[in-house]
Amino acid sequence: MVDMDKANKEALRRLVSATPKLVGMGKAINVVPGMKKNMLLHAGPPVTWDRMCGPMKGGVIAALIYEGMAHTKEEAETLAASGQVEFSPCHHHQAVGPMAGIVSPSMPVYIIENAAFGNKSYATMNEGLGKVLRMGAYSPDVIERLKWMEEVFYPTLDRAIRFLDGMDMKSIIAQALHMGDELHNRNRGATSLFYRAIAPAIVRTTSDPLVIEKVLRFIDGNDHTFLNLSMATAKASLDPARDIEGSTMVVCMARNGTDFGIQVSGLGDEWFTAPAEVPPNALYFAGFTKEDANPDIGDSSIMETAGLGGFAIGAAPAIVQFTGGTPKDALNKTLSMYEITIGENTAYQVPYLNFRGTPTGIDVRLVVEKGLLPFIDTGIAHKDPGVGQVGAGLVDAPMEVFKKAIIAFSKKYA
Amino acid sequence: MKTLDLFASELKVINVGLTSFKESLEQEGFKVVQVDWRPPAGGDEEVMEALRKLMGK
Repeated sequence: MVDMDKANKEALRRLVSATPKLVGMGKAINVVPGMKKNMLLHAGPPVTWDRMCGPMKGGVIAALIYEGMAHTKEEAETLAASGQVEFSPCHHHQAVGPMAGIVSPSMPVYIIENAAFGNKSYATMNEGLGKVLRMGAYSPDVIERLKWMEEVFYPTLDRAIRFLDGMDMKSIIAQALHMGDELHNRNRGATSLFYRAIAPAIVRTTSDPLVIEKVLRFIDGNDHTFLNLSMATAKASLDPARDIEGSTMVVCMARNGTDFGIQVSGLGDEWFTAPAEVPPNALYFAGFTKEDANPDIGDSSIMETAGLGGFAIGAAPAIVQFTGGTPKDALNKTLSMYEITIGENTAYQVPYLNFRGTPTGIDVRLVVEKGLLPFIDTGIAHKDPGVGQVGAGLVDAPMEVFKKAIIAFSKKYA
Repeated sequence: MKTLDLFASELKVINVGLTSFKESLEQEGFKVVQVDWRPPAGGDEEVMEALRKLMGK
C-alpha cells in the first residue's frame, strides 16, 4: 500500500512552502481560466439553479442585473432557470468566493501568484458588510456599488499594486496573526497593513484627489477588505498540494448554502458532500434570529483548510467573545485542531501558544478516527434572497463528508 | 499504596465514556475529570473497517 504518511508530509510541505504574492488584477473574463460570457461562478461544490439556496439565488440575480443580462428580479430568475446561464464552482477555476461566491465575467478579480509552484488564484473584491451581493442582496444600491468598484476602485487598486511590483501576502498574514486576526472573521489587522502598503502607491498613481479619498475611505471602512485576499492566498497555497498519490490531506472545504463539500489530495477532483448546517452558535444583528439564517455558505472555509480561520482562533480572542466565549475557549479550539492536522505552519503563529505554528493540513483519517471535526468561524446570510448578512457564528464541518472520503480512499488504496 | 488505604483516601476519578457516570459522582461530592473521547468513526462499522485498513490496525 502507498505510504500515506509520506504523501501527507509532501502535501504539507507544498502548502507551507507557498510564496503567495498579489501581482495585479483583471476582469474575470480575461484572466480566470475557463471563464465564459454566459458563465457565473459560485461558492462550494456544484449546484444547479433549482437546488440553490436563497442567498445564492439572490447573488445570481444581482450578477445578471450587474452584467446587463437582466433588468428585473423576475427577468433574472427566468434567465437563470432557462439553462442559458452556465453555473460552475469557483474551485473549478482556480478561484474562491466568500458567501454566495458569485463571480461574473465583468467582475474584477485579484490575481495571486504562487511563484514557488507556478500557479495562480483569483478572488473578487470585498464589498463590505450587510446588504451586499455575496450575501444575496440585489437592490439598486448593491448594483451601483459593484459598478463603482469595477469602474473606479478596480483600476485604482490595479495601478497601485503594479506600481508596487506586487505585495507579499504571506508576510501580511503572518503579521496580522500577531495583531489579533485569524483571517476569516477578523481581518482588521491585515486590512490595516494592506492600507499602509497600498495608500502611498494610490496617491502616486492616481491624480484625482476625490477618487483617492473615496478609495481610501472604502478600504478603511471595510475591515473585510483583506478577506478576499486571504482566501485567494489560501487557495493559491493549497492548490499545489492537490493530486498527491496516497495523501489524505483535505485540499478544499467549501459550502454552497445547500451542501458542504470537501476534496482530498489523493482522490483527485471528486467532491464528498453532505447537507450544510445552520451555525449553532452565532451572534445575530439586531432584529434577526436563527430562524432567519441560511445554512453554512461560502468558499471562505478555505481559510480553515489552510490552517487559519477557526484553526487559528486562539490568535483572535475577539472572535470568540462575540458568541459569548472566552480567550481560553479560543485557545482550546486551536489546541484541539492540532489533533486532526498533519503538522504546523511555522510562518503563521499563535502568539498565546508561545508562537507555535498554526495547526495545518487536515488529515481525513484523524478527523474520522477521533470524531473531532474541523472548526469554522463564518458569516451568516439571510435565508431569503435580497436581504443580506444577518450575523456571524461558529460551526463544525459535517462528519458525513469525512466518512464518505475515508470509504472512497479505502476503495482506491487499501 | 495498600488497597485498603485507597478506600480511606480522597477519591479522584477519571471518567472515560458516559458523562452520567461523572455527574453521579459529582453529585456525591467527588472530583471527576471527564476524558473527551468518543468511539472512532462514531461507531459506524463500515467506516471503522475502512479506517482500520488505512491505518494498518
